[in-house]
Amino acid sequence: MRIVSRGDRLYRTGLTTLALLLPLLLFFIVSELVVGSLPAVKQFGLGFLTKSTWDPVAGQFGALPLIFGTIYSSLVAMVIAVPLALGAAIFLTEFAPRWLRTPVGTLIELLAGVPSVIYGLWGLFVLIPLQRDILWPILRPVLSWLPFFKGPFYGPSVLAGGTILAIMCLPYIAAVSREVLLAVPAPQREAALALGATRWEAVWTVVLPYGRAGIFGAIVLGLGRALGETMAVTMLIGNRHEISLSIVQPGYTIAAAVANEFAEAASSMHLSALVLAGLVLFVITVAVNACARWLIWRVARGSAVGSAAI
Amino acid sequence: MQRIIRAGLAGAAILAAAASLHAQETRITGAGATFPYPIYSKWVLEYTTIRPNIQINYASIGSGGGIRQFSDKTVDFGATDGPMNDSQITAAGGTVLHIPTVLGSVVPVYEVPGVTQQLKFTGDVLAAIFLGQITKWNDSRIAAANPGVNLPDQDIVVVHRSDGSGTTYIWTDYLSKVSPDWQRRVGKGTAVNWPVGLGGQGNPGVASTVRRTPGAVGYVELIYARQNHIPYGLVRNRAGNYVEATLASTAAAAASAEFSPDTDFRVSITDAPGADAYPIASFTWLLLRQNMTLEPNKARSLIEFAWWATHGGQRYANGLDYGVLPAPVVRIIEARLRSITNAGRPVLAANYGGGRGR
Repeated sequence: MRIVSRGDRLYRTGLTTLALLLPLLLFFIVSELVVGSLPAVKQFGLGFLTKSTWDPVAGQFGALPLIFGTIYSSLVAMVIAVPLALGAAIFLTEFAPRWLRTPVGTLIELLAGVPSVIYGLWGLFVLIPLQRDILWPILRPVLSWLPFFKGPFYGPSVLAGGTILAIMCLPYIAAVSREVLLAVPAPQREAALALGATRWEAVWTVVLPYGRAGIFGAIVLGLGRALGETMAVTMLIGNRHEISLSIVQPGYTIAAAVANEFAEAASSMHLSALVLAGLVLFVITVAVNACARWLIWRVARGSAVGSAAI
Repeated sequence: MQRIIRAGLAGAAILAAAASLHAQETRITGAGATFPYPIYSKWVLEYTTIRPNIQINYASIGSGGGIRQFSDKTVDFGATDGPMNDSQITAAGGTVLHIPTVLGSVVPVYEVPGVTQQLKFTGDVLAAIFLGQITKWNDSRIAAANPGVNLPDQDIVVVHRSDGSGTTYIWTDYLSKVSPDWQRRVGKGTAVNWPVGLGGQGNPGVASTVRRTPGAVGYVELIYARQNHIPYGLVRNRAGNYVEATLASTAAAAASAEFSPDTDFRVSITDAPGADAYPIASFTWLLLRQNMTLEPNKARSLIEFAWWATHGGQRYANGLDYGVLPAPVVRIIEARLRSITNAGRPVLAANYGGGRGR
């Protein structure tokens, strides 16, 4: 029999209240989004997701370029960030000399602390001139026949936005992957090496598959940041309502569009369309996270490490 | 314990005294356009030295936000670069007065490698560029307006505003007037469906994107072009002269526009007829209710501030690169301000303005 003191009860009630506040907050956010977007839903229906014209003067709002841009720029960011982050994590856990591990690890984690606007400024002053004036003239004769590199490169583009997103997501993916790889039991590594694998083969065939659930979780963490990132993207992506496979063309994301247009949206339909776009972004993010969790659960049934890291 | 109680009472007494001092101040809130924010903050600063009891707070959240908050009566006055349309006025509930405060101009800025002279543009050439119909700098239509200038065979990169703005409203209003094609395909507004081009955030965003992109052309407020030393072009006005945007040519645009005494000032002065008028100029407006329902002190302070801003406050305009209101416009503004009532009674005395507010 347990004597429940008043203090204990108060403590429990207090903590329960605090714990319930967070789902309640989420509920309020979602309900605000839904209520605010109802006029746009009534007016456009599913056409909002399939049409491409964003015309505030005529009152026509089609968010397909925004949705495409959000997903495409995040994809470009992942293609750039994942090899780099994984490579950094593998280097730090397998190959780096002990004295190098902490400094390099700390520097990578410092990247996460740089404000978004600073990244945007750096992108404007350094990254875009680098890509447009140095990289592109070299790569253009080789790559411009691919649909991903067609068209003139003005500077602000999906490539620039995706690159800065990659740099912003890199510390998250690298830090979590590093934890996951460190948690791989030494016997696994040693067994591979004992069977005659090279260090690279040991990592590639044994360590990475063992931690794949956790690494996948790390990638989704980075993807979540990429989907919602606003300031740096809007400074670098060109802000153009257009769908194009070419990453050297300008694009737009939902977060950037809402940030740009919300303050001066004069008509209530424009406002409602922006809120609806925000709701769509919320749904995309939740869907990506849910899919990832399900996949991780499936993958984690095979490998032990990583499901704890999520 | 007694010490705590005594300290608490003393603190409460001090707070009450401070609150009562504060209560003698009249607080006025306003929100809206970002373009006139520098001059409005200057006015608030200067007005506080004349009338120390009046505290005015202006939040520059954008014209759209200003109109919305003014409609919802969250703020006492609004400010906008683009006039309210009829449905917005109906939604605001009651007659809304647009009071012009200062003038601004929008200029075409460009970054053409090898060109150091000031380029000349005609209205239809600007419209064609922004429609994506003219794609190279050495196009014959641009060359025709710029004889003797060595225009390179460079792609034109159009840069527009990604955020809604009064600057866009002025620019698209002008293009709609000079190009039926633009009027049909795009129209005018604070945010439009741009046929081509990159979007920059704010005047600084457009200016910096133009500066850093070879072959770019964009539009910014004159102030930004001047303060950041960006080359901007001359535009041909309705009279056929290529005019540079200056405070004088901006004022000429307002002076040459015709205003009837019962105008509601929701007029655009782009493409003005005067010989020296700069064609892409515009007012920026304060929004006031014709029939206010504020506390009498506040109502009087607000309208007196508006009076001062359009009279004595104009002396600060040129220094901040804004155009001053021409005298005929100020006379009409006086009539409008005198017609404002609060709770049924006129706010200003019938002979208000005889020598005051200078």
